[in-house]
Formats: sequence, C-alpha cells, structure tokens
Amino acid sequence: MKPALVLYAHPNPEESRVNRQLRAAIEGIEGITVHDLYETYPDFFIDVPREQALLLEHQAIVFQHPFYWYSCPPLLKEWMNRVLEYGFAYGEGGDKLHGKHFLQAITTAGPEARYRREGINHFTLPELLRPFEQSAHLCGLVTHAPFVTCGVKSLSDEALRESASSYRSLLADLTAGRYPPATNTFEEA
Amino acid sequence: MATQGVLAQGLVYLSAAVIAVPVFKRLGLGSVLGYLCAGAAIGPWGLALVRDPEAILHFAEFGVALLLFLVGLELNAQRLWQLRVPILGMGNAQVIVTIAVVALLGISFRTEWRFALVAGMGFAMSSTAIALQTLAEKNLLGTPGGQAGVSVLLFQDIAVIPLMLVLGLLSAGAESSSMDWQRIGTAIGLILGIIAVGRYLLRHVLRYVASTGSREIFIAFSLLLVIGTALLMQSVGLSMALGTFLAGVILGESEYRHELEMDIEPFKGLLLGLFFIAVGMSVDMGLFASRPMAVAGLACGVVVLKIVLLLALARAFKLSSQDGWLFGLVLSQVGEFAFVLFGVALSEQVISKDQANLLNAAVAASMMTTPLLMLLHQHVLSPRLNRAQPVSAGTIEDRHPVIVAGFGRVGQVVTRVLTARGFKVTLIEHDPNQIERVRRFGWKAYYGDVTRLDLLGSAGAATAQLIVLAIDDADQALRAARLIREHFPSVRLVVRAQSRTDAYEWVELGIPFVRETFGSALTLAERALVSMGVPAYSAKRAAQQFQRHDEALIESLASQRHDQKTLISANTQARSDLEQLLQSEGGARVSDKEAGWH
Repeated sequence: MKPALVLYAHPNPEESRVNRQLRAAIEGIEGITVHDLYETYPDFFIDVPREQALLLEHQAIVFQHPFYWYSCPPLLKEWMNRVLEYGFAYGEGGDKLHGKHFLQAITTAGPEARYRREGINHFTLPELLRPFEQSAHLCGLVTHAPFVTCGVKSLSDEALRESASSYRSLLADLTAGRYPPATNTFEEA
Repeated sequence: MATQGVLAQGLVYLSAAVIAVPVFKRLGLGSVLGYLCAGAAIGPWGLALVRDPEAILHFAEFGVALLLFLVGLELNAQRLWQLRVPILGMGNAQVIVTIAVVALLGISFRTEWRFALVAGMGFAMSSTAIALQTLAEKNLLGTPGGQAGVSVLLFQDIAVIPLMLVLGLLSAGAESSSMDWQRIGTAIGLILGIIAVGRYLLRHVLRYVASTGSREIFIAFSLLLVIGTALLMQSVGLSMALGTFLAGVILGESEYRHELEMDIEPFKGLLLGLFFIAVGMSVDMGLFASRPMAVAGLACGVVVLKIVLLLALARAFKLSSQDGWLFGLVLSQVGEFAFVLFGVALSEQVISKDQANLLNAAVAASMMTTPLLMLLHQHVLSPRLNRAQPVSAGTIEDRHPVIVAGFGRVGQVVTRVLTARGFKVTLIEHDPNQIERVRRFGWKAYYGDVTRLDLLGSAGAATAQLIVLAIDDADQALRAARLIREHFPSVRLVVRAQSRTDAYEWVELGIPFVRETFGSALTLAERALVSMGVPAYSAKRAAQQFQRHDEALIESLASQRHDQKTLISANTQARSDLEQLLQSEGGARVSDKEAGWH
C-alpha cells in the first residue's frame, strides 16, 4: 500500500499562488500520489469506482484545497458525496477505510488571528473544520491536525517557501509512517 | 351503354360514391351503406347505368384482398400466435354451429337438405369488408370485441377452402376427388413458398426498391406484391384474401410495414368502395319486388339468428356484455364469401338458379342491416353497457411514448440515451440502407417520411409524448414540425438544427432545438484549449460560457436575421463582448474578485 493520496482541489489553478507552490513542493515524493480533481473531472462527473480503488491503495488521505467560505471547493464536496458511499465508507459493510489516516492541507486568506472568538471569523480553524473531522470519523479514519497556511494575501515569498518546505517534510514523514498528532476532538470532550 | 368506356364507367362509379357516401356519413349511417345504396341506384334495377355488376364485383373483390393484406400487416406472426385461441376456438365454433343450426332449421321447414346445408355454409360467413370497415371507422378494432370479431373473420376466410371442397363432394356427380388432393398439395406448397419468399427474400427486394428513392416505384411494387400474391393464390383455387393476409402477416415484421400500409391504404379504400357498390348493384331488386317477404324474411331471420348465436358464443368465451354485443352485431350480416360459395354451389349444380338468386338477394339485404345495427349499438346499447369503462387506447403495440425521426449520427445517440434510461422509442428513418445497417445491431427502425401526416399517425404521434426530429434535411424537419404542431398539438417536440440559419427558424417557432454540430464543436474547442495548456476545468468553463453567450445571441438575433446589416453589426459587437468575457474568466482577470482561491 502506498503512503498517501493527496486530493488536490483548486478550480482555477492558473491564479493560485500558494496552493500551486505547495503542490509543487510535494510533487515527486516517492509513494505520494497527487490527484488533481479539477483537472480530472472538469465536468464534475466523478468516476466513483476509480476513486474508491485509489483510496484503497493508500494509507493516508490528504485534502489539499483553499479554505474558501469555511469549506472546500465544490468538486471536492461532490467527491465526498459520491465516493464516500454507504456500504463502502460508512454504514453496513462500510468499513473499507477503517484505520486509514486523514488530514487537510488548507490555505486561508486571512491571518491566523482572525480565527479566534474575538476575530472576524469568531471560530478557530479546528472548530470550522469539524464537518470534515466528523466525516472522517464516520468513515473510521484517524484524523490528524491540519496543515494550515494562513494569511496568504500578505504572505512573503520567503514565508511561502518556508511553508512549502514544511509541507514537504510533513508528507515525507507520512511516507515514514510518522503522523501529526491525532485530533479526534470529541474523544477528549 | 354497352360501348361505354372504362373512363365513363369510372365517372359513374365515382359520381355515385361522391354523392352518396358524404350524405350517408353526414346522416351517421357510415360509408358502407352509402356505397351499397349508390350501387343499388346505378345498378340494373336502379338507373341501369351499369349492366355487368358481376364483372365489377369480381374485380372489386380485390379490395377485400387489400383489406386482408392490411389486417395481416397489423398482426405480425407473434400477434397471430397470441390470437390462436380465439381464431381456432371461436372461429370453429361459430362456423360449425351456424351451419348446423341453419341446416337443421331449413330441414325442419321441409326444404331440400342440400339447399339447407349450402345456405348454412353461406350464412356462416360474415362480411370481412363490412365488419372491418365498420370497426375501423368507429375506432373499435382494438377493443376485445373487435379483436374477437377479427379472429372469427380470419377463421371464416380460411374455412372457405374446405367448404368449397365439401361443395365439390356434394355435387351430383362427385367424380374428381383425386384431382382435389393434387390441388391441396399445390396449395400447401404455394403457401409454404409464399412464407419462404416473404421471410428471406422480400426484405432485400423491398430495400432495393426503396433505395431507388422513387415513391411511385415503391407504391407500384407494393401493389405488385399484393396483386401477385392474390393471383397466385387464386390460380390454385385458394382465396385471394387469404393469400394477401398471409403476405401481410409476413411483412408485418418488416421495417417497411408503415410505408406499405400507407401506400396500400388509398387503393384499399377505393376498391372496397367499388366492391360495396358492386354488391349494391348485384342485389336482384326484381326479387325484392316479386318475393319481398321471402327475401326480407330470410335476411332478417338470418341476421337475428346470427346475433343470437354470436351472443351465445361471446358468452361462452367470456367476453363482457359490452364486447359481446359489438361482436354479435358487427358479424351479424352475411358476407361476400357467401356469394362465392353460392356461385360454386350453383356451378356444381347443388342448388338451382332460383335458389341461388334468392340466397344472394338475402345476403345483400343482410349487408344493409349492419350499418343500421351499428347505429343502434352506438346510440342505444353502448351508452347503457358502457358504465365508466376506461377508454381503450387500442392495443396496437409499437406505439411508444417517444418517436425519434432520423436514425443517423444524431438520432442514434439520442435513442441510445433514451432507451438506456428505460424509455421506449419508435424509430423512423428514410434511408433503407441505414435501416439495414442498424438492424444488424439489433435496432428496428421503420422506413418512412415524417413530413407525411399519415405516417406520423400510424407511428403513433397522437398518443406519443415526445417527438425528436433528428433528420438531416432542415426543410423537411421544419415541415414536419409545423405538421405536428398543427395536427398533434399536445405532443412535445425537440429538434436538431444544423446551421445558425435553421436555428433562427426554430427560435421563431418556439420549439426547443439543439444545433447538431454545436455540442461537438464546443467539445473540440475545449480539447483544443486543454492541449494548449489551459487547465481542464477552465477550458470547460470557457466552452460553457461561450455556449450560453451564443445561445442568447441566437435568441436575440432571430427576429433581425433578414436584415443583413443589423445582423453583421450585432454579431461584431457580440464577438467583442465575448472576448472580454472569456479573457476575464481566464488568467488575465482582476484577481481580487475571487481572492478566496489562493
């Protein structure tokens, strides 16, 4: 089984500065599959069996996308709706993903300070990512702390290079079976 | 009068028909009675405009053959097999019981037994022509009563053959029974031959003839086919009608069915009319005058008797009372085959000339009663029996909710998607080679031209929900669409447009259309963008953006399309609008607008 599948979801990659660089940083790591959803399914018609087979082939699943309107781009949501089927990912007999690992690599326009009670967004990023976390939990996935690149509007080229390199080492760790801390928050509660 | 030419005769018949039939139809008496009375009026006992009704009758019997051919087309082998119980069961019972009862009644009235038996045989026959025509005119062919009627009529047509053999045996000097065996052998051989030729050869010939693209030749061939079969059957002493019926059944499976049906239909109508006229002429009015009681009594007696027997039969075969009455009344007259049987009986000297004349007059008189009885059925019986019964839409299969006209590049894709989603589709195609090609892949398309109202009708346009016009001739498609709009206003239409110019026409008609090459051109453009390095989703968006823009443009320009200048300037403006739109959608746009996509 290969270490990690990165589901890359960006609707207009030509305009992306940050995600493109992050993606470039992990391209070519042994055992990492980068799967560009918008490039593969421009018509939103997802090949479900193919996607499920890809999931089965990998040990960890990474959603890489801009965090836009507190969520993922529509094609990634469509992917979740179609691919994480009853009987495959959850429900009766839906244990195909049990024990696999899940994490998100997201970028936000606003700086980290905005994701606080007193900030404009009122909630912390882990709070806002709860729907993804619970989705992963329902599928029996082990969820790990997200990789976040904040404040991309004012991000210097230097800081971006730094972020890209830590993203690269994160994925290199995945290939070695080292995962960031698990964040199944409800278990703590 | 003896020197009158064919045209002059034609003039007489046509005038009689044109005068009488509309009047009778308007009075609600049906066209059959109109023809019969027209015949009586011009015949030897009326105005004596025509002297030789026998010859006309003989010629016009061909109308019955055409009628049976059309019945055969409607009933392909499979349907015929489904009808085997009513045909064999009801048909047998009807013929045998009627012969027995009439003969016994005759003998009990102290008539000579041979005469009674011959009368029974004749009276057992019903008029295929009258019954089917009446049922068709009133749109009752598809009802269970109508179906039972058709089954019994078919059986009667077959039963004529053994009955004629029996008459041969009854004849005073029954000498030639060995001859008859030879005839039976030839007849069976001929029937097998017709089936073989029809099944294995005819389709190819029809395709070849159709591929000439000449309508007259196709019609000529259709007629040739029917006349040829009829004459062949007659030459071995079988009924022409039976032969053409057989040919019809075999061709009922063919993709040329609708086309044959349409081509034969008008000839059938005219010849049947002629047939009824001839029957009307041949009624011996002299007998009506000299022995009115005998003729009228016999005719009424036999009709009443037949109704009673048929009602009993309907009950035995569990028809509803509504269907039973229809069945009983529509078969109650004595048919044209009775003339044939009495003719044979006369020539075999089983009955005398006087007896034959009396029987013939009674037969003709009984035919006059059917239209009147049907009026009774329609206005008195049916409303009483028909309590809240759902209207039967007819049982003709092959009538599907969707009709796709044109099974070429476009039609095939549309049809495959529709059938894959479970919709049943009737296909119409005008290129015989194409029909043959797709047949190999298991598709069945009918040969025909959708700009013809009758074809649309027989393909089921009246009951269809959707017609897809995927034919490649834009003018024809427009004509067909206008025709459908006019005659079948409730059916929805989706059409294929080719050029921008046709698209404008469809906009004006308000019919949803798809420019056939537009979708593929867009896909091509999208692929081109991708291969130039544009990301797949952006390319898709650009194509979709363009599609919307162009569709709106067509809508808005449809009304100005005849003004070349306006058209050109509007197009130029639209082009620059579009460029701006696509540029902003692509990499060159102000990035603040969608700054969320990092």
